[in-house]
Amino acid sequence: MSGSRIDRRFAALRAEGRAGLVTFVSAGDPDQGCSREILAGLPEAGADIIELGMPFTDPMADGPAIQASSRRALDAGASLEVTLAMARDFRHTDNETPLVLMGYFNPIHRFGPLAFLDAAGEAGVDGFIVVDLPPEEDDELCLPACKAGFNFIRLATPTTDDARLPKVLRNTSGFVYYVSITGTTGAGAAPPDVVGTAVSRLRGHTDLPVAVGFGIRTPEGAAAVARHADAVVVGSSLVECVARHAESGEAAAAVHGLTRALAEGVRGARGSAT
Amino acid sequence: MGEHSIEPLNTYSAGPDERGRFGTYGGRFVAETVMPLILDLERAYSATKDDSAFASEFAYWLKYYVGRPSPLYFAERLSDHFGGARIYFKRDELNHTGAHKINNCIGQILLAKRMGKTRIIAETGAGQHGVATATVCALFGLPCTVYMGALDVARQAPNVFRMKLLGAEVVPVNSGTQTLKDALNEALRDWVTNVGDTFYIIGTVAGPHPYPMMVRDFQSVIGVEARDQMREAEGRLPDTLVACIGGGSNAMGLFYPFLDEKGVRMIAVEAAGEGLDTARHAASISAGSPGVLHGNRTYLLQDNDGQITDAHSIAAGLDYPGIGPEHAWLNDVGRVEYVAATDADALAAFKLCAKLEGILPALEPAHALAHVARIAPELPGDHLLLMNLCGRGDKDVFTIAETLGVEL
Repeated sequence: MSGSRIDRRFAALRAEGRAGLVTFVSAGDPDQGCSREILAGLPEAGADIIELGMPFTDPMADGPAIQASSRRALDAGASLEVTLAMARDFRHTDNETPLVLMGYFNPIHRFGPLAFLDAAGEAGVDGFIVVDLPPEEDDELCLPACKAGFNFIRLATPTTDDARLPKVLRNTSGFVYYVSITGTTGAGAAPPDVVGTAVSRLRGHTDLPVAVGFGIRTPEGAAAVARHADAVVVGSSLVECVARHAESGEAAAAVHGLTRALAEGVRGARGSAT
Repeated sequence: MGEHSIEPLNTYSAGPDERGRFGTYGGRFVAETVMPLILDLERAYSATKDDSAFASEFAYWLKYYVGRPSPLYFAERLSDHFGGARIYFKRDELNHTGAHKINNCIGQILLAKRMGKTRIIAETGAGQHGVATATVCALFGLPCTVYMGALDVARQAPNVFRMKLLGAEVVPVNSGTQTLKDALNEALRDWVTNVGDTFYIIGTVAGPHPYPMMVRDFQSVIGVEARDQMREAEGRLPDTLVACIGGGSNAMGLFYPFLDEKGVRMIAVEAAGEGLDTARHAASISAGSPGVLHGNRTYLLQDNDGQITDAHSIAAGLDYPGIGPEHAWLNDVGRVEYVAATDADALAAFKLCAKLEGILPALEPAHALAHVARIAPELPGDHLLLMNLCGRGDKDVFTIAETLGVEL
């Protein structure tokens, strides 16, 4: 099967019989040089899909860790142009790992949604997660993105009930991102059985792969979720790792180390479960 | 909702549409977790519109608790001083808690009770909306958490203390610029986390649909009263309305019932801070551009990358980098004029009002008065100029003393 890079990656994961690891870092955090180094080494460290955060001054759905990460990046000169340039450079060295840009709508709105899609396509970006664009606001970015062949990945949450799920899933492709708790990024995790039930509920509505995120911090936590979901998303603990090692200049090595540990957790999950 | 009657182009009061849009402005740009709550709220609010019991309950509390109707007062000495228009004040500064904010809080807490919500959250800048929210929470016996930028907590200490006396928990917000926009972010984060029991009382005509419409409707009591009062006083409608504008709830409340009166000119006065040619102002329409923040598309202060920039005004209640979406639309269609007044203009107007009328206006409506001072002298003697005196200045005496270099 061909499809998008994301489709191909999930097909390969299925063939391997394991869940994938999705890592989130903010573009330009703690500075552009170090951030490029982090990004370049993520696939080798075990990231199956990369979410690259587009920093924004007012990240309304994010907890303190990603807020601080956005702030560090912006203070170090991050912008949507910088994010796109980083994506372009990443693609020069890696043509396989799916790259998803994640953030809020205003910087894209300012850039111009259609110009943004052109630039993202040219940079080799595969998809988008735009936190403040629910299906009710699909016309400006989601629909043109789908038409241009991007995956538009939607968040489903515990408040998205069965009546609403079809609406949320309608223009979603690539995968569904299940937010396992009501809360901001980096808050407490949902218990594994709750995650299992939620993933089953989603599978009743879609054949798309289900990635689960919010509150997953450790290799053990990642493994627990990997037994139920098609992919595990880790963000806050990675950007906290950036924060801890920003001063020493060891942020890239530390993030790659943590990614390796998380990947091991994810890759070993199903073997140890059966 | 849903009835798509074809409105003639000459009505300005039909919005928002079923997507919560005023033209291209407004909408529901929120995270999925909140979206079902917004839809619930919209349904619950729509139901109250056909419910006479809700209307009479709202009217009861406005009359006996808030003290409405607020007087329409002929400011004779100011009128004589300017030597032009007849200047009237709509005196919403006489409301309980000292500003128009309480009108909306009464409406929203009645709705919260109907929806079975048991916990209230709010954001506040100057603290006026926080005090009004804490007040209605005390009145109705609901726990209240108010988010307030850490910088605002420091510069509005009396209001922080007032909220605490009223039983509210005040949470200082240390993220971002530590002002109103960050308080709003934090309130949204609380709401995302506590979806089951919590009602978010937004203080202005901004945020995701249905808030801009709902807050406008609750504040429209100002304009509805003013129409009747002006007819009684002068036998006709006013010629010009003037109101200050941060998020824009007092202006929207005054303007809305007059939008389709072609003969009524409307002017909203933004905060020009230290000047529109400086980086220190809060004039989203006069000096900003359209963007998406806090659930709606509207005019924002932002840089070329779409990052939100800091607002500044001597009036903390105007110190916000956005404006309600209906105002953005009224600007674009040309129905309302948007102008600006500086910190210094507002301070001069404040002093004049104190000396000539014996009224300390809040620094927010002092911006409106600064514009009245500009236009009144040029207007004919029979011109009826109605300004919304939407808050009292007691809260500002410390700020003013500091600005004037006076030690209290």
